[in-house]
Amino acid sequence: MLDKEAIAKRIAKEIQHNSYVNLGIGIPTLVANYIPKNIAVCFQSENGLLGMGPFPTEADIDADLINAGKQTITMLPGAALFDSAMSFGMIHAQKIDLTILGAMEVSENGDIANWKIPGKMVKGMGGAMDLVASAKNIIVAMQHVNKNGESKLLPNCTLPLTGIRCVKKIVTELAVLAVLPEGGFKLLERAPGVSVEDIKKATLGKLIIEGEIPEMAFD
Amino acid sequence: MMINKQVKNAEEAIADLNDGQTIMLGGFGLCGIPENCIAALVKKGVTNLTCISNNAGVDDFGIGLMLQQRQVKKMIASYVGENAEFERQLLSGELDVELIPQGTLAFRCMAAGYGMPAIFTPAGIGTEVAIGKEVRNFNGKDYLLETAFNADFAIVKAWKGDTAGNLIFKATSRNFNTVMAMAGKITIAEVEELVEPGQLDPNQIHVPGVYIHRIFQGSHYEKRIEQKTVSK
Repeated sequence: MLDKEAIAKRIAKEIQHNSYVNLGIGIPTLVANYIPKNIAVCFQSENGLLGMGPFPTEADIDADLINAGKQTITMLPGAALFDSAMSFGMIHAQKIDLTILGAMEVSENGDIANWKIPGKMVKGMGGAMDLVASAKNIIVAMQHVNKNGESKLLPNCTLPLTGIRCVKKIVTELAVLAVLPEGGFKLLERAPGVSVEDIKKATLGKLIIEGEIPEMAFD
Repeated sequence: MMINKQVKNAEEAIADLNDGQTIMLGGFGLCGIPENCIAALVKKGVTNLTCISNNAGVDDFGIGLMLQQRQVKKMIASYVGENAEFERQLLSGELDVELIPQGTLAFRCMAAGYGMPAIFTPAGIGTEVAIGKEVRNFNGKDYLLETAFNADFAIVKAWKGDTAGNLIFKATSRNFNTVMAMAGKITIAEVEELVEPGQLDPNQIHVPGVYIHRIFQGSHYEKRIEQKTVSK
């Protein structure tokens, strides 16, 4: 089973050279720590920054410079600042190549629910609905099963939706899966030490398994 | 001589802001919020407000201060996760809340500022956000019709401004302040540094003064940081 860092590390391998990427709060933010040295990538922060850098030292903290999760950050050489309209404009005009975000549930046709648990958690959708509606590629970092062992990869989402038919790839503590255009989770890789049987038991939605399923590689 | 928009302070700026009005407040989290005007609104005790802002502050700062005093009747926001009192008022039904996608919030402000009655966006298609809204298909993709906001006041915070109302923002404290400044029927700008016309380079202006009705030199900015995060 993978921990959060390992999920982030595996997702980092999906990032293409010279791409613009938006990282959601939670596990996705960790992806920035695992970008291979030979990959040029520019991270977008939805509150108005391209070229988001690492967290600052104590001395460099700037209250006017934060990311989407309200954390203090720095800017990299080549960074650009703009307003919220341009920020979401570039998302909807598909200038952002990849969005990586978390999910509570994903359905076998790629629907995603990650913003509301009615009656319990209603923090709001923030930029998530915009991102899933328009990003060219969407990768989800999520737990395969919840605390009670119930599958979060479902035939249909039970929670309020963030977007429909949009998720392309999922990385969980157990597996890497693709969401097929015709529907269904195609199993691509197993986490080290995890069997295909383990993954079958953890997946309620339609799971497609073809041939030998390799273990995830992290190099 | 150049038009002068200067007023003395927040109290003077909000003198005609009354109960029941709709106000936009700039900022993302606590970054770029109009601290002086919020304090003045709390002091003045205006009630029954409809507030349009991306977030609701934290329990004891930003819009949270207005929520504590029950000044807000309705909140239109995209994310309210940092404010426990807000979430409580929402879940208990005390506060009317409309949660909308962040991009839609920005675009509806932009539409108002550009004289466009409505825009189309795909954000929310297939979700509860789409309920009751017109859907149109363009080039094979569905979009929701979203209307421009109609706000009595927009209250924004900038880094530098001149008495003609021109504004410059710093780093990510820009966020919604530009499009809200353009959208208000009356726009109030508080700035960290107010200068005379001619002191700001026209090439550097982010919002031209034509959008600003009242500008004042702010003071005692706390600039609270919600999630101080340092590299190890």
